[in-house]
Amino acid sequence: MDRVPIQRIGRTLVVSIQIDLQDDTVEQLQEDLAEQIIATRATGVIIDITAVEIVDSFIGRMLSAVASMSRLFGAETILVGMRPAVAITLVELGLSLPGVRTAMNAEKGLRLLDGRT
Amino acid sequence: MRDDKIQARMAEFMQANQAKLIDRWEETVLSAVGGRISASEVRGELEEIFDLIVRVVSGADESAAGELRAVLAELSGSRARNGFTPTETAIGVFSVKDAIHEMIGDSPELILEYMAFSRMVDDLGLHTFETYAAARERIITDQAEALLELSTPVIRLWDGIIAVPLIGTLDSARTQLVMEKMLETLVATGAEHAVLDITGVPTVDTEVAQHLLKTVMAVKLLGAECTISGIRPQIAQTIVSLGIEFGDVATKATLADALAYTLSRSGLKVGPA
Repeated sequence: MDRVPIQRIGRTLVVSIQIDLQDDTVEQLQEDLAEQIIATRATGVIIDITAVEIVDSFIGRMLSAVASMSRLFGAETILVGMRPAVAITLVELGLSLPGVRTAMNAEKGLRLLDGRT
Repeated sequence: MRDDKIQARMAEFMQANQAKLIDRWEETVLSAVGGRISASEVRGELEEIFDLIVRVVSGADESAAGELRAVLAELSGSRARNGFTPTETAIGVFSVKDAIHEMIGDSPELILEYMAFSRMVDDLGLHTFETYAAARERIITDQAEALLELSTPVIRLWDGIIAVPLIGTLDSARTQLVMEKMLETLVATGAEHAVLDITGVPTVDTEVAQHLLKTVMAVKLLGAECTISGIRPQIAQTIVSLGIEFGDVATKATLADALAYTLSRSGLKVGPA
């Protein structure tokens, strides 16, 4: 099974999704992320979905779930690099991802997290 | 056998009275189209059609029927494009019956021939009308497409600020197009602020509001901000009386207000020089 790598930059975790997300990959990612947040005492999570071209309601809900889970550990999630087609699909599906902040790219996402502290 | 004979007699009759029939036919058509086509042009068209009808009726050659239909299709198509009404177009075909009926009035023995002929002309008339409607339909789709492309410009207002002035009502097809163009421009330019100006949107009902909110939501998902501007007093009243909630979406009265707002949001200030 493919695993999504999680990298640490200071107290921020960067998750770059470069593969087709399957249900079990997503579950694995949620587990890994929870462990990592606790282990690194991260305060921010950046999920980069620049390479994600297709989303469905499952992935939409997963993104919301990851955000609310991270918040439980005191880390804020920022979703970066969403493609226009993906945004339109999510809106059409009625998923506006409440509680998830977004930024155009990873750089702006990091700046958002910095500005918060 | 009998049919062939009837048709042959009809063709004979038509050939014998060709000049008179076309004169009468031309008169009717000209009075219907009221001087928008020149008499010589009508004459030319009718002579061509008449010739083809005679060839079809006489049954002499196989290709005449197809040719006649093609000529009629072209004629009704050009009538549709030039803004003639369906009646004006159809009368061009149907009035040949009047012309023949008047002449036959003198020789009642041709009544069977006339009936068979009448059926054929009815068919041709229907065919004319069908091609007329198809031509009109094509004009409408072409215009709708052109309108869709014309009406969604994305303007760069400032560094990092884009604006989309909406003119006309918003339906799902247009919302889709506006959304796509807007989001693509945001990503391509890296702009973080978008202004959706609805000064040119005549009314905002729940459906239009839904479309606006969807667009704002998509912009937010990209990580940019969207402001709605150009809300006129009547529109504000309808929005309130319909109970539409724009939530935390920033709305401004004019594009100028929205520009000032987005400038200050991006940390810029405009003051006297």
